[in-house]
Amino acid sequence: MSDLKKIKDEFISKLKGKLDLAELNQIKSDLFGKNGLVSSQFKKIGTIDASERKKFASDLNIIKDELQDLINLKINEIEKANINEKLAKEKIDVTLPERSFVKGKIHPVSQTIDEISSIFSEIGFSVEEGPDVENEYNNFTALNTPDNHPARDMHDTFYLDEKKERLLRTHTSPVQIRTMLKDKPPFKIIAPGRTYRSDSDQTHSPMFHQVEGLHIDKNINMGHLKGCLNYFIKEFFEVKKIKMRFRPSHFPFTEPSAEVDIGYEIKDGKIIIGEGDQWLEILGCGMVHPNVLKNVQVDPTKFQGYAFGIGIDRLAMLKYGINDLRAFFDCDYRWLNHFGFDPLDVPTNYRGLSR
Amino acid sequence: MKITFDWLKDHLKTNLKEKDLLEQLTNIGLEVESVEILSSDNQLFKVAKIIKTEKHPNADRLKVCEVNVGEKELKKVVCGATNASEGLITIYAPPGAIIPKTNTKLEIAKIRGVTSYGMLCSESELNLSDESDGITELSKKYEKNIGKSYFSKSKSNLIDLSITPNRPDCLGVKGIARDLAASGFGRLIISKEKKIKLKTKQTLKVKINKEKGQGCSAFGSCLIKNVKNTESPQWLKDKLISVGQKPISAIVDITNYVMLDINRPLHAYDADKIEKGIIVRNSKSGEEFTALDNKIYKLEKGMCVISDKKGVLGLGGIIGGTRSGTEFDTKNILLESAYFDPRSIRNTAKKLNLDTDAKFRFERGIDPLSIETGLKKAALLIQEICGGEVSKIDIQKIESYKTKNINFDVNSFENIVGFKISEKEIQRILTDLGFVIKKEKKFLKLTVPSWRPDISQQIDIIEELVRISGYNKIKTIEPIKDRSKSTLTQTQRLFHFLQRAIASKGYLETITWSFTDQSYNDHFRETNKEVKIVNPISSELGVLRNSIFSNLIMYMSKNLDRGFKDLSIFEIGPVFTGSNPGEQKTIVCGLSAGKKSRLSWIDKERNIDLFDAKRDVVQTLSEAGYNSDHFFIDSKTPNYYHPGKSGRIFLDHSKDKVAAYFGEIHPNILKKIDIKTENLIGFEIFLENLKLSRKTLKDRKLKFAVSDFQKSERDFAFVVNKDVEAQELISVISNVNPNLISNIKVFDVYEGQNIPDNQKSIAISITIQSLEKTLNDKDLEKINNSIIEAVEDKTGAKIRS
Repeated sequence: MSDLKKIKDEFISKLKGKLDLAELNQIKSDLFGKNGLVSSQFKKIGTIDASERKKFASDLNIIKDELQDLINLKINEIEKANINEKLAKEKIDVTLPERSFVKGKIHPVSQTIDEISSIFSEIGFSVEEGPDVENEYNNFTALNTPDNHPARDMHDTFYLDEKKERLLRTHTSPVQIRTMLKDKPPFKIIAPGRTYRSDSDQTHSPMFHQVEGLHIDKNINMGHLKGCLNYFIKEFFEVKKIKMRFRPSHFPFTEPSAEVDIGYEIKDGKIIIGEGDQWLEILGCGMVHPNVLKNVQVDPTKFQGYAFGIGIDRLAMLKYGINDLRAFFDCDYRWLNHFGFDPLDVPTNYRGLSR
Repeated sequence: MKITFDWLKDHLKTNLKEKDLLEQLTNIGLEVESVEILSSDNQLFKVAKIIKTEKHPNADRLKVCEVNVGEKELKKVVCGATNASEGLITIYAPPGAIIPKTNTKLEIAKIRGVTSYGMLCSESELNLSDESDGITELSKKYEKNIGKSYFSKSKSNLIDLSITPNRPDCLGVKGIARDLAASGFGRLIISKEKKIKLKTKQTLKVKINKEKGQGCSAFGSCLIKNVKNTESPQWLKDKLISVGQKPISAIVDITNYVMLDINRPLHAYDADKIEKGIIVRNSKSGEEFTALDNKIYKLEKGMCVISDKKGVLGLGGIIGGTRSGTEFDTKNILLESAYFDPRSIRNTAKKLNLDTDAKFRFERGIDPLSIETGLKKAALLIQEICGGEVSKIDIQKIESYKTKNINFDVNSFENIVGFKISEKEIQRILTDLGFVIKKEKKFLKLTVPSWRPDISQQIDIIEELVRISGYNKIKTIEPIKDRSKSTLTQTQRLFHFLQRAIASKGYLETITWSFTDQSYNDHFRETNKEVKIVNPISSELGVLRNSIFSNLIMYMSKNLDRGFKDLSIFEIGPVFTGSNPGEQKTIVCGLSAGKKSRLSWIDKERNIDLFDAKRDVVQTLSEAGYNSDHFFIDSKTPNYYHPGKSGRIFLDHSKDKVAAYFGEIHPNILKKIDIKTENLIGFEIFLENLKLSRKTLKDRKLKFAVSDFQKSERDFAFVVNKDVEAQELISVISNVNPNLISNIKVFDVYEGQNIPDNQKSIAISITIQSLEKTLNDKDLEKINNSIIEAVEDKTGAKIRS
């Protein structure tokens, strides 16, 4: 009995002194180690008279807990003090710059193509493609633009051979021909891509982008064409209302043909689409010419529909306030960084086309 | 096509305003390109005469002219035109005048130290023609007009219309008036033909040779004898000037006037210069003649020429020759009004690279029935202005015009256009446009007017009707939001995925031209065929690109010159392997320059290297769904890569098609291109070589299974010959027991001290874990030994102790 009390008193007084972590651990081992003072008392339990054993065990446990708690408390105090001391030393200037990162960007033309595809996807168009190098037939003849047609002069064509049989497509319309030759009607496609004309000045680039649209079915008329384009332009410019004007024009591969203007005004040096009384030509369209349908073995007495062609670069310029077409292809780091889009900004219908 | 409202009113009776006119023109498909608003300003341009010229003291190419502008004092004007010479009558613009072409206001200016009071104008500066070579030259007849305004006081603005190539009839003012009248804008004035007494015979014989490919099917002519060619009367001059034409002489002006008024090109010959009659024939190869543009043309075989005994007089329907041209002293003229085949005109003009007003009209198709009308109209005016006797009209034909008929089903209109107009309205519009209508049981039988070569089938009639009725009547039918087919194909989806995956790794997307500089292209062409453009924009853009690198390097270099040192750019697009459609591949090509980290307070500075590019490619492919554990990599790459620091990636060990290349660009190329950067690293991913799985990603995912048993990591160091690749070791190890070995990581490669010269040490950490149990020491020992044994056996390696 007195043994226990002695141990207790001795160590409590010891623990009251100023101790470091090593000294505490030493005490801990002196008491609770394999042959520690408390541990050896536990071993004695079996030898104690049964009548006193219960009390002895109970007292021993109380002392053990008391001492253990005290030691732990002391250890915690010291550890806490140590951490505080360390923290006080570890202050760093967090305003120093982070590790450097680089941002990649998506070209505005690519972003615009994704926006266009997203809009037409909603109303059931799928995306078709065609080669950049075309033959004369697909680019002109099949599109009701025979050789010696003055309309060919409007396309300054890049040729790849002296016979002028192979060329860089001057528009995306040959994709109409390829699509219709490959499948059977109905057709409902858009075809974005690169197009080429040997024309180069402030407002013309020898390469530019177009998106072709084609919808052929039974009973598709000019009203559907107007509705489709009206829907597209509204969605694309993300406006509720749009002023749109259909103007008669002429393309060999459509009849009747139209050019489409949208209303705009300039406010504070910025172009506002859909308001004002100025007109801006943005696309050409029309009902697919029966001769074209015949050329691709589609019966024009059974099927009819519309086609359109839109300049993608121009749309991008209008929507994003870019005023120089040639800069699109100049790869100036500063321009790409300024007008490019974050790769995570994928245009979708539910998230919206643009932020 | 340039017109004025005043001229239109010769054919159109209307009370409407010019503003309404402009709107209506556009509404019916005659697009108003521009309106040149004539103000009193143009009265400032004066007829003037150069009295004296001197060389500019400070500039070799400039002259200082003293000009009589009708005032007391001569004006001093600095001029650079070579034709500015003493005695020349020209047009003077005083300070304050606005030059029509540039829209700039003239000011008194010092030009190289000499003060110039105004300017002498070229025809192009005044929008009179495209002639910009030298200042305007006016005839002596203008002498009496010195000091007077060159332009007459016109109230009518100049309206420039963009006429589509299918509408030759609207290249004449009358045709435009007809369209307007049909659309309800005014009423067409049908002028009665003035009677003209034609007594004498046309004595000059005309013959059209009947030969293959004859481009002329009818040739009408009349002789006008004893004319006095003179200056045109003011009304005619004003009329021509009002649409931007320069008056020349009465006879030329009259033919121009008739052409502009009713789109009937005519040609006037000096009849005395024609040797024994006219022969219309195909040219012989090598024949030459001097045209009215003062150029000598050497003809190919088979071009339609107007000739006489002596030779070629002119190219039919394109340009006349100087030999038979009319002058002020011309006495007798032969007036030609013919029909030339558009195809023949176009071929000839293209071959000779000739573009004239007549050619522009004939290649679109002239009204074949306007031969006589045109001759009469012009002859009458010539007689009025120049006097003389007009002969009877002679028309030679080898082919007659056949009228075109179309059976028009009235219901087809609504079917195509989507709205309805009454049959009465249909008939009215078509009648106004000049169609003759005969009503049959089920359709209207239409006779197409001779001036409409563009109309040949039902759809053409529908177009006329909707154009005239108004496109604003077309309803807007809202599209249905319904999708029966997926928008993108799998390949297209992959395209977009790769595009954004690469961009997300810090690359700026560029779009460069599909053509490039041959010298750059050659660096990357390898054995591919060079695809030349026959008519490039410039010699630096002469070939289709065989690789995207040529353009990327060019633009990378430009950006480095702009002062950007560390940069990654990429492009996804076509490269060309041949000149046939489809001989192209889609490639994702990236290029990085400079350092990965530069001037950093925290990171060690280092150059960008091929393992950066390799990571970008492998990560991108892996994000796209390809398992990088299966990739096979070797070092066979095209010659434009550094031979020792580049690699190619296959999606699996079958090595079927190259998925990608990556590596340093060959130092020789950097040297030749003179690009200055610490390092230049590129990659190419071949879209078409990436196999598309038939299964969706969802179906490809294996059943989810992970092990919760204890895993052990063991490190090994092997000493191997230098030429043994890490991939080989990894492959051997992973095959020892794929069920137990889950992660193999190379954490050190060492050469040098303690390692034999031709060897290296590769340290590898391997994770071993079973799906079935916790492995005991014995199990681990066993697998350790198998790993060492396999590696030593298969690669010649020795475990380092």
